[in-house]
Amino acid sequence: MTSSIYEHSVQLDVSRCTGCTNCLRRCPTEAIRISDGHAKINDARCIDCGECIRTCDNKAKKAVIEKLDAMNRFRYKIALPAPSLYGQFDNLDDVDYVLDGLLKIGFDDVFEVSKAAELVSAYTRQYLKTEGVKLPIISSACPVIVRLIALRFPSLNDNVMHMLPPMEVAATLARQRAKEAHPELSDADIGVCFISPCPAKASYVKNGFADYKSQVDVVVSMSDVYFALISKMSRDEEVHSMTESGMVGIGWATSGGEATALFNDEYLAADGIENVINVLDQIENGNIPPVKFIELDACTGGCVGGVLTVQNPFIAKTRLQSLRRYLPVSKNFLSKEEQEYIPELYLFNELPTYKPITQLSQNMAESMRMMADIQKLRGMLPGIDCGACGAPSCRALAEDIVKGRARLEDCKILEK
Amino acid sequence: MSDSLVFHFDVDGDNFTSAGQASTQVKKNLRQLGLSPAIIRRVSIAMYEGEINMVIHANGGTADVVVTEEYIEIVLEDRGPGIQNVEQAMQEGFSTATDSIRSLGFGAGMGLPNMKRYTDSMSIDTVIGEGTTITMRVNLA
Repeated sequence: MTSSIYEHSVQLDVSRCTGCTNCLRRCPTEAIRISDGHAKINDARCIDCGECIRTCDNKAKKAVIEKLDAMNRFRYKIALPAPSLYGQFDNLDDVDYVLDGLLKIGFDDVFEVSKAAELVSAYTRQYLKTEGVKLPIISSACPVIVRLIALRFPSLNDNVMHMLPPMEVAATLARQRAKEAHPELSDADIGVCFISPCPAKASYVKNGFADYKSQVDVVVSMSDVYFALISKMSRDEEVHSMTESGMVGIGWATSGGEATALFNDEYLAADGIENVINVLDQIENGNIPPVKFIELDACTGGCVGGVLTVQNPFIAKTRLQSLRRYLPVSKNFLSKEEQEYIPELYLFNELPTYKPITQLSQNMAESMRMMADIQKLRGMLPGIDCGACGAPSCRALAEDIVKGRARLEDCKILEK
Repeated sequence: MSDSLVFHFDVDGDNFTSAGQASTQVKKNLRQLGLSPAIIRRVSIAMYEGEINMVIHANGGTADVVVTEEYIEIVLEDRGPGIQNVEQAMQEGFSTATDSIRSLGFGAGMGLPNMKRYTDSMSIDTVIGEGTTITMRVNLA
């Protein structure tokens, strides 16, 4: 799996792209170049963070994601709503209206990802006590972060927690529940649909994860489901109680939620891709604060900040706060026996392998010559990082020139 | 004599927020050269500690990183007060940092010991009242 081509969930609509430099500057891994009048994404560098989707005024960047009708091929349809979905609705005072709405739009069962999140939190508390784990533990819940570490911070790979994200645990448990309730169903009959706040989760499901294959069948956009739901959700009728999660599970939708669920104040939580990269740089420099757990979310505000959501992340966060207020802390605790070991279904074995994507050449002497040329070119270039050449900075243009992908004449300032 | 590359940085004094910029940039450069994650980590930790030291004690200075195929050499040069007692400064936990600096989370007395630990060799050349030059090497072969 690791060597095959990685299927991304962020793509460009060339007809809409005007070749402006907005995405170019925002891309945290410098994966974008502008040439022939439009943007191009370098697949090897893209981490599916969605920053370019967020920043594009022309809607030329889009998430490649399935529609709800992709679920029609299954006999038994299960919805896995991410807890960020609950923060999208105005005046929602009970999660059950959302869950009931999902049944109304055609799902046969709903398994809350926040329920699985509470179980993952409970097992993470056990994981922290495991002898031999490398501290601080870095959460593996955000797929962008895991990919970022694999591509750019390989020395921190050993700190990444080998716990599957709540989405995967929810998918496995939801399948089990479906089979128990309906023994006549075969595996192929059951379809599991994750309602996602971000394209990165879609990539995770499509590509798997090192040797792990996702248990989710279809990933749909939260905004699509939102519009399908609002017409069916009714506040006038009574809905029966279905929700199986509390404050902890819903808290996972916002930054710090996963970390505070450990009931241990020795944690650090950072959100927003730039902030996350800064924190990882600091940790790699050895400037590690004495914490046991590090939660990193690529999107500002956490999952509520995902590009497939409808609502502003801060408003969504406020709504979730009021939804959580009257809920129990958690509805999913572990029995004494369950605390003794972490079941296989919660764990993965292998992390994606490190790919030195920025390496100039396989040969060190050659790399050094190229680096010397880059330094020389940087002295010649104006250093104003205008982006007009199609590279995000003068340094990036110098690198492209040395790699034979651009020419000095591409610089629009030197030309004059 | 093989070719070498030099990366030069000016380290600002009295600026904790920008401290670490040089080591972050060096890390990027070393990744481009294809060095192993373990080597990159050792260089970046040693360099970060050195940078912080220059900010705390010497009002900044310069950092030069020399890369050859055999080794990476980090030369940190400042015009600070010099180190009174090098042997004492090398002890873990010894620090002359002020309380205000300690309150920022620095000055734990681990800077120089860490620099020594993460490199293959380290030499300190210090003159009281004139400044300090620290030279560290990480071998590649």
